[in-house]
Amino acid sequence: MSKKIRVLVAKPGLDGHDRGAKVIASALRDAGFEVIYSGLHQTPEKIVSMALQEDVDVIGISILSGAHMTLFPRIMDLMAKQGMSDVLLTGGGIIPPEEAKELEGKGTGKLFGPGTSTRDIIDYINTWAAEHRA
Amino acid sequence: MSKNGNMRNGKADKPAQNSQSQERETKFMTTSSKPIDPLYKPEDVQHIDYQRDLGDPGDFPYTRGIHKNMYRGRLWTIRQFAGFGTAKDTNERFQYLLKNGQMGLSVAFDLPTLMGRDSDDALSEGEVGVCGVAIDSLADMEVLFDGIPLDKVSTSMTINSPAAILLAFYIAVGEKQGVPQEQLMGTLQNDILKEYIAQKEFIFPPEPSMKLVVDTILYCTKHVPKWNTISISGYHIREAGSTAAQELAFTLSDGFAYVDAAIDAGMDVDEFAPRLSFFFNSHLDFFEEIAKFRAARRIWARHMRERYAAKSERSWKLRFHTQTAGCSLTGQQPINNVMRTAFEALAGVLGGTQSLHTNSLDETWALPTEKAAKIALRTQQIIAHEIGVTNTPDPLAGSYFVEKLTDEIEAEAEAYFQKINDLGGVIPAIKQGFQQREIATAARRYQDEFEAKDRIIVGVNEYAEENEKLEIPILKIDQSVEKAQLERLQQLRASRDNGAVEAELERLRVDALANKNVMPALIDCAKAYCTVGEMIGVLREVYGTWVEEPVF
Amino acid sequence: MNRNMNQWFEDFSNGSMRALARIISLVENDEPIDDDLRDQLYQRTGQAYRIGITGPPGAGKSTLVNQMTKLYRQQGKTVGIIAVDPTSPFTGGALLGDRVRMDDHTLDSGVFIRSMATRGSLGGLAAKAQEAADMLDAFGKDIVIYETVGVGQSELDIVEAADTTLVVLVPESGDSVQAMKAGLMEIADIFVMNKADREGADRALRELSAMLHLRPAQAWNPPVKKAVAMKNDGVIDILETIGKHRHHLEDGDLLTRKRKQRFVKTVHALVSYRLKQDFWDETARQILEGHIESLDQKKTSPYRAAKQLMANYREGVR
Repeated sequence: MSKKIRVLVAKPGLDGHDRGAKVIASALRDAGFEVIYSGLHQTPEKIVSMALQEDVDVIGISILSGAHMTLFPRIMDLMAKQGMSDVLLTGGGIIPPEEAKELEGKGTGKLFGPGTSTRDIIDYINTWAAEHRA
Repeated sequence: MSKNGNMRNGKADKPAQNSQSQERETKFMTTSSKPIDPLYKPEDVQHIDYQRDLGDPGDFPYTRGIHKNMYRGRLWTIRQFAGFGTAKDTNERFQYLLKNGQMGLSVAFDLPTLMGRDSDDALSEGEVGVCGVAIDSLADMEVLFDGIPLDKVSTSMTINSPAAILLAFYIAVGEKQGVPQEQLMGTLQNDILKEYIAQKEFIFPPEPSMKLVVDTILYCTKHVPKWNTISISGYHIREAGSTAAQELAFTLSDGFAYVDAAIDAGMDVDEFAPRLSFFFNSHLDFFEEIAKFRAARRIWARHMRERYAAKSERSWKLRFHTQTAGCSLTGQQPINNVMRTAFEALAGVLGGTQSLHTNSLDETWALPTEKAAKIALRTQQIIAHEIGVTNTPDPLAGSYFVEKLTDEIEAEAEAYFQKINDLGGVIPAIKQGFQQREIATAARRYQDEFEAKDRIIVGVNEYAEENEKLEIPILKIDQSVEKAQLERLQQLRASRDNGAVEAELERLRVDALANKNVMPALIDCAKAYCTVGEMIGVLREVYGTWVEEPVF
Repeated sequence: MNRNMNQWFEDFSNGSMRALARIISLVENDEPIDDDLRDQLYQRTGQAYRIGITGPPGAGKSTLVNQMTKLYRQQGKTVGIIAVDPTSPFTGGALLGDRVRMDDHTLDSGVFIRSMATRGSLGGLAAKAQEAADMLDAFGKDIVIYETVGVGQSELDIVEAADTTLVVLVPESGDSVQAMKAGLMEIADIFVMNKADREGADRALRELSAMLHLRPAQAWNPPVKKAVAMKNDGVIDILETIGKHRHHLEDGDLLTRKRKQRFVKTVHALVSYRLKQDFWDETARQILEGHIESLDQKKTSPYRAAKQLMANYREGVR
């Protein structure tokens, strides 16, 4: 009854399409994670502040608006300022592969595109946690 | 753990008889997870009375279509939704589409505009001109319709929370072009209820939002008579993961809620109901979608005539726009999306749609490139001219299967109306998270079926290609768009008569507080070059904001 | 982890919210914590006033907490919030969504919000929630609010240990009140009838008052307050009533007594949690499994199983 993986599922920006975020949140819960849901229309500042207070292992961003190239780097900066280098920043949505690669190169975790199975995300987080949070 | 199709169908127990009666090990179900019988026969449609339940095309209850000769008389309107970058960029795309045979315009706004925020708002960063065109003030709207005669072209605007403001802009642009508001033609989405249910682009709480909708209905009925005041939308409900029946039920119940609200505001149902139109999704399941469209017309007609005692035939007729399902498209092997979209568009046509948008093959990744948009347009033209489906109205009528499905979807919708009614109506049900929970549950089921391969998606969970490389170009919105738009806005703030801006905003506040119709004040604000964000700001102070309780 | 322990505690003392968050996690996860460090923090508690809020799901507790926090912040008070939601007994996971309704305070450094999952009956929730509250207290929060759904004994234990306990009801929760009457009625210092603008509010209020009148008069008789938290109606009144209850407690030695009770309860909770943890080791589980297997042959009984388990445990302790 000890360690649980805690994940913040967050919707940044003005985009309200929460189908993916909710499906992921409920799938992560069913995989035994403790999922904190941010609610809609969050700023990067709020997302990082929530992640900090909740001491999550993982921040999962769902973004379908196309603003990922602005929002991911902003969140990364804020995490760095808070010394949250031990927190995984991952996410998914409408992110073209090239741009996903660019963001991953800048230090995000894996970013998932359309058609991803929730299984893959769960496995990814479990593997990451086994390596980093043992 | 996932692949156990034989168990699920319960066929593992049955002895194999002969190869003819043996069914494949798959779930025979619709996109909405509705099980389908092995065979449909005359007894499935025995109860149907042709005059009562179907009627000829153009006759009550319009199951077969709202016009006598349907597409023999007039084809549907090809209406491709477009918008990106600055007003100037989108204006160019509009000119291109009109030149290539498109008959009406459909404006996609960017997220800041949809959420009532100016381009220089902190929350807008990174979103300006990305998902649609950035409109901050009348100045942008003037550029958007530059060289486009508003007395000839009809315009659909996909906007909800700030709908009244964009309508005010449109009226003001018309005036500048010398087109009186009485001649303006078009549609405002203006369907705030589905925002709380599905799309989540709300600003104010439901009650004042409904009041804004009623304001636009009252104003247009009097002054802009050719304007379709609300496009009651199931599209986003479906995209959020609902089933076909839920899409139908929640959309129509929203429609009835608007009718109730306008009647409560003292209007006669036949004054405004003819200007209500609908907007549905056309998803992958061919017959289910066709049945949904047919059921939609029948339900609306019956309720309008019987429940609301509407006398005008035009109030009974459900007119609708269709868009193919964005959520059905795949990022993998995107060329395949052309086929998906074609089948979905065909269902819309066989379902009797009045206008149609076909998605582009690249839309899981970004806004369409010009080439992709052209293929989507051509898809509609092929359906219209090459494959013979326009020769006779409602060609599937009388099909045991289609008629049975139509009946079943109608029954499912009626059951939802009852549930929503039991919860106190549409808004109380929304506040209790009812529709949202139903949709979330359906979305999760769809995902689970996909992961268990009960649902095959070609190129994704079957026939996938290892190490696939994206072989199509992706439209990129230049970061310079945001900068250019910010400069434009700054210039506007510096050059306009800010005294007049303050005065008009104050009048808006006074009218909103006094619970007056805010349309006249909004039009004057527009003409004074107040920004969307400034007007919404005033209304937000008066009406408050809405935070949803998430349900899963 | 141990290597960093001192550092986290030092950062905590320097007001680091991240350290506060991490130390709450250490507690939640049963990480071994140095007793001296733990004691040092405990010595700093006793400053915060603790408010427990419970009630049936959908009663608007989070919205009320949000509005109360707004008012406390206007009074210049800092606030710590622990929002407890259930862990799924089937999957061990949890969806924690309470803070969505407290979003106004996310960027306010004077407010710290922590979502906590119940983590099953063996999770030691009551003790851990108390310790998390202690951390918030030691961190310097003026007000600590616990919010739990009013089902399950451990959830009730948490709020009961507060200085003032609010039970939030809504007009339509008549049935759930019946179901939970016993537990909720006894722990409430203040009742809040939320969403009081809804139909049936007056009737629900009358029923509640009638029920309360059946009880013998006490030094503090729990008042019933109407509120519409969503519209911020009645929230000031609730805060004033909490203030009155506080005066009532402070007027004698009631507050001290209450806090001693809390001390005792926490010790009880800790001991039973630790005992359970120690008790259910691999051998104990095997013994139980064995009894379950011989159940079919009618060769065992719960009494026999328990007896053997206790004997095994004593053996181990010796």
